[in-house]
Amino acid sequence: MILFDRVSKRYEEGHDALREISIDIGRDEMVFLTGHSGAGKSTLLRLIMLMDRPTRGKLLVDGTDLAKVGSRAIPRHRREIGVVFQNHQLLFDRSVFDNVALPLVIAGYDQREVGRRVRAALDKVGLLARERALPITLSGGEQQRVGIARAVVGRPKILLADEPTGNLDPALSADVMQLFEEFNRVGVTVLIASHDLGLISQLHHRTITLRDGQLVTGTSA
Amino acid sequence: MANDAASGRREGASLSRTSFMGRYDAWLRHHRQSSADSLFRVLDNPVSSILTWLVIGIALALPVSLDVALENAGRVSSTWDSSAQLSLFLVDGTSQDAGKALTEELAMHPQVARVQFVSREDALAEFTSVSGFADILENLEENPLPHVVLVEPLEDVDPAQVTGLRDEFEALGLVAEATLDMAWLQRLNSLLELSRRSVLALGGFLIFGVVLILGNTIRLAIESRREEIVIVKLVGGSNAFVRRPFLYTGLWYGVGGGVFAALLVGAGLWFLSAPVEQLASLYGSDFSLRGPGLIGSLNLVLVGGMLGLIGAWLAVSRHLGAIEPR
Repeated sequence: MILFDRVSKRYEEGHDALREISIDIGRDEMVFLTGHSGAGKSTLLRLIMLMDRPTRGKLLVDGTDLAKVGSRAIPRHRREIGVVFQNHQLLFDRSVFDNVALPLVIAGYDQREVGRRVRAALDKVGLLARERALPITLSGGEQQRVGIARAVVGRPKILLADEPTGNLDPALSADVMQLFEEFNRVGVTVLIASHDLGLISQLHHRTITLRDGQLVTGTSA
Repeated sequence: MANDAASGRREGASLSRTSFMGRYDAWLRHHRQSSADSLFRVLDNPVSSILTWLVIGIALALPVSLDVALENAGRVSSTWDSSAQLSLFLVDGTSQDAGKALTEELAMHPQVARVQFVSREDALAEFTSVSGFADILENLEENPLPHVVLVEPLEDVDPAQVTGLRDEFEALGLVAEATLDMAWLQRLNSLLELSRRSVLALGGFLIFGVVLILGNTIRLAIESRREEIVIVKLVGGSNAFVRRPFLYTGLWYGVGGGVFAALLVGAGLWFLSAPVEQLASLYGSDFSLRGPGLIGSLNLVLVGGMLGLIGAWLAVSRHLGAIEPR
């Protein structure tokens, strides 16, 4: 589903964020990406989302060579990937409902379908009762779950998460991970960047470790 | 993996085949949504929106009202155009008979429409009654006025030919002096033409200004929604999707400005119409001010809307591309 073939990323200031990375993540897999901050986790996710492009190497997502995706096709590419951000990236002047509905509105679903799917996603993350609330009135954990609902509402084939439990206490973190496992069970490829090694070790999934932009364990499966 | 890719493509193809109408609906829906949403945003800040509308309205109303003024001045002067006439003052001591004979002779001229002989006695009587200097004129020992022949050229005689006529008549033995009453009219007309050009240039500048004002307003709107733009782009919003609400914002500002401009011009006309009609009636004319009318006002709104779109487009194409998720 996601294939890195000797991918390197060097930023303009000369810093090598990724060096010769080769990873193959299969359909239906749930994979953890760990490493210290600055090890290249975020860069790897950014490459998949086409927020950056590799300096060298080949990157395929769902069979598409990302080098062939022009800048005009980037929005469509992003619509097929759900992303959970560490800092949530919510619109604070819109209700929870509107935040979760955003990907569907962009994709052009009609209002009834939007309502149905948004409520289903909110129900899944246990926030159905808060659909009219503004994100600012929610706790950090609730905001994170709004972000998760938004990431899955468009039923993407791939779900990326960047430190989704970064600001949460252990109980909430476990809840969030359980949510990701549920999505994985229904066929979504899940890739989670996290340095919460304790939590990761409790869950039995493949783990990829990066150090200074290089792969340490978990080479192409 | 290869299988995945193939099935993925098939799915994509069938999706795009069946959903052309769906995509059109979605496109229309987003236009509706973003136009309404932009309008609400504009109306949500009434004070700043009204100020923007006023700025644009004034900038548009200025050249338009000048143009309306010129249009009216042109109408006034055009009613005078046909009255271009030559006054031939006859040599002192010319007898009335000789004057009348000359008048009949001039009436045969191919470029002349009408000729009128005004004897010095008639002229004095008219002058006395009109000027209000009756007392002074009575005290004069003799009539200071000469006989006059008023010559009105045919309407299709152009100004250069009229000047030629004047020279021709002045050369006649009995004529002391021929004056062309059109000279001032020509000056007025060229003055009007000059003013028209100035208004055009001024209008051009102000329209440019309106576009810049709108562009700047939209730039500020873009800046204030920077985070939102980043998020929308992160979850797959295309440039067109992000651009749309701002284009509508520009449209609403422009349309509102056009409405304000039309109102300002209308109010100005209403304010001036009473004194203008009074002045006209003093000159024995039933002239009244003519405004841009309904069509002109609608055009003004249309022009405002177009300027709004242009300004928004400039701002959006310049600033939106720079906002990318980092």
